[in-house]
Amino acid sequence: MGKMPGVEKALYSRRGCSMKKMLVPFAFLLPYLVVYLTFTLYPTAYSVVLSFMKFKGGNLSFVGLKNFQFLFSDPVFFKAIANTFIILLIQVPIQTLLAVVLANFLNKKLLRCKGLLRMIIFMPVLIDTVSYSIVFRLFFNTENGMINNFLRSLGMEGPDWLNVGFLSKAVIMIAMTWRWTGYNTVIILGGLQNIPMELYEAAAIDGASTGKQFWNITIPGIKPVLLFSVILSVTGTLQLFTEPYLLTYGGPVNETLTIVQYLYKVGFKTFNFGAASAGSYVLAIMIGILTFLQLKVTKED
Amino acid sequence: MKQSKVGFVAYAVLILAAIVSVFPFVWTFLASTHTNTQIFQLEYTLKIGNHMLENLRNLLKVAPYWRNMANSIFVAGVYTILVLLFDSMAGYAFAKFRFKGRDAIFFLCIASMFIPQQVSMVPLFIQLSAFGLMDTPWAIILPGLANVFGVFLMRQSFMGFPDELIEAARIDGASDFRIFFTIVAPTMKPAFTSLGILSFVNQWGNFMWPLIAINSKEQYTMPLVLSLMVQPGMIIDYSAVMIGAVISLVPVLVFFLVFQKNFIDGILAGAVKG
Repeated sequence: MGKMPGVEKALYSRRGCSMKKMLVPFAFLLPYLVVYLTFTLYPTAYSVVLSFMKFKGGNLSFVGLKNFQFLFSDPVFFKAIANTFIILLIQVPIQTLLAVVLANFLNKKLLRCKGLLRMIIFMPVLIDTVSYSIVFRLFFNTENGMINNFLRSLGMEGPDWLNVGFLSKAVIMIAMTWRWTGYNTVIILGGLQNIPMELYEAAAIDGASTGKQFWNITIPGIKPVLLFSVILSVTGTLQLFTEPYLLTYGGPVNETLTIVQYLYKVGFKTFNFGAASAGSYVLAIMIGILTFLQLKVTKED
Repeated sequence: MKQSKVGFVAYAVLILAAIVSVFPFVWTFLASTHTNTQIFQLEYTLKIGNHMLENLRNLLKVAPYWRNMANSIFVAGVYTILVLLFDSMAGYAFAKFRFKGRDAIFFLCIASMFIPQQVSMVPLFIQLSAFGLMDTPWAIILPGLANVFGVFLMRQSFMGFPDELIEAARIDGASDFRIFFTIVAPTMKPAFTSLGILSFVNQWGNFMWPLIAINSKEQYTMPLVLSLMVQPGMIIDYSAVMIGAVISLVPVLVFFLVFQKNFIDGILAGAVKG
């Protein structure tokens, strides 16, 4: 290309649309577009087709809505949806509240070692999901786990964490909150640091209380990052897989079975590809609706 | 008076949060130096033991762990290099060229960010099997290559690059690829580092898709080996699992300590600017 600079110059100095000039941006886009079309767009579209098909021995046959009927007549699918939403509705608000509190503290003017504290609080997100699920499984082991050993040393008998329905969900929520609170704290802190200090100074001169300042300056100021953090957490929780897979093995008796774990079983344990595809679209639609609602609710004012 | 009281509460809460955050890391490191029975005894919780090498030997008896580590490095490394190359080129195209369909293509890419990856699992399984790529590292690398977040981050960074410099280089006769690789890209080191680290760490810990795509022990990445060592219904050597977890954790922690700022900038780029 660089061989004939004169020619290139001529091409670019004309304002007309030369063929070459038109192709340059596509040359830059090409590698990305190839992988995007092959490994993102095509599978996404093909999954729609599979939702209405039966896949057996490499042959596809159209079955209409049978796959959806299969899912919606399976009580385990509803159980998985209910489990996922219970975890979502309890864990995400707690985690978000904690993150807002920690971020506000980290944003205080006079605090020393802020950088160090921020770094340490962010760290849990670095451990891979497999390792931390195993570690938390050990923590909450009923007979000899650290938590129950500790309670025993205080003269208390700890509960059977992983074998009681609600407690096993609680353990998953505790583990997730440990891993993700710091990450969300850092995001929210990023939003807080974008709020000009003068706003607070002006409000203080006008005699606004700290609480009032929080509701009238801080919350509106961090609304975009808060929304981002919540949407990310909601979407992530709906796709929960590794923690129930390794921490509770989905048990006791499906009490921690999540939507994605259910889809994994249907798709890759019983190889019902049609139903797994249909179910993945049910999940996609739930994520779409929830994201839309969150955007809508916060747009109001 | 009131100010210092608030400061005290803030400190207390933050220090507590820091202790809770760091404790499982410390515990994992210490557990990797204890025997299987010591792990479950309270008095060893905060003590360092001397069984680390023994645990490592036990780990290597059940899994070719160095091979698995090499697999993790290959998968995460190749993935990161390709993401950086493809995403930066695409981001540059979106940021610095006007062409037909640009906004439509960009919108399509952004829209697919909201579709969960689980949607493509079954089609990818069929597709990669047909290509003969299942149970190879490429089965892990290829599916996530179209990293929309990366394109977005890169586009954002390139938009700040002055058009005049690109024009001047063109008038000097440099080709667009030369301009990109020798003039524009080198000034974007922070963006490349941020995206590189995030991609590497994500792929390093990737679990669900590799669980589906990989079947043979020689091809396992580290998370896969560890997950298979703790399956229900078997005798579990937790000490060996813990040393495995430590080995997989150390590189990420080192990365983080060195590139902390880029790490956090990368995450904020999605949140604050998006």
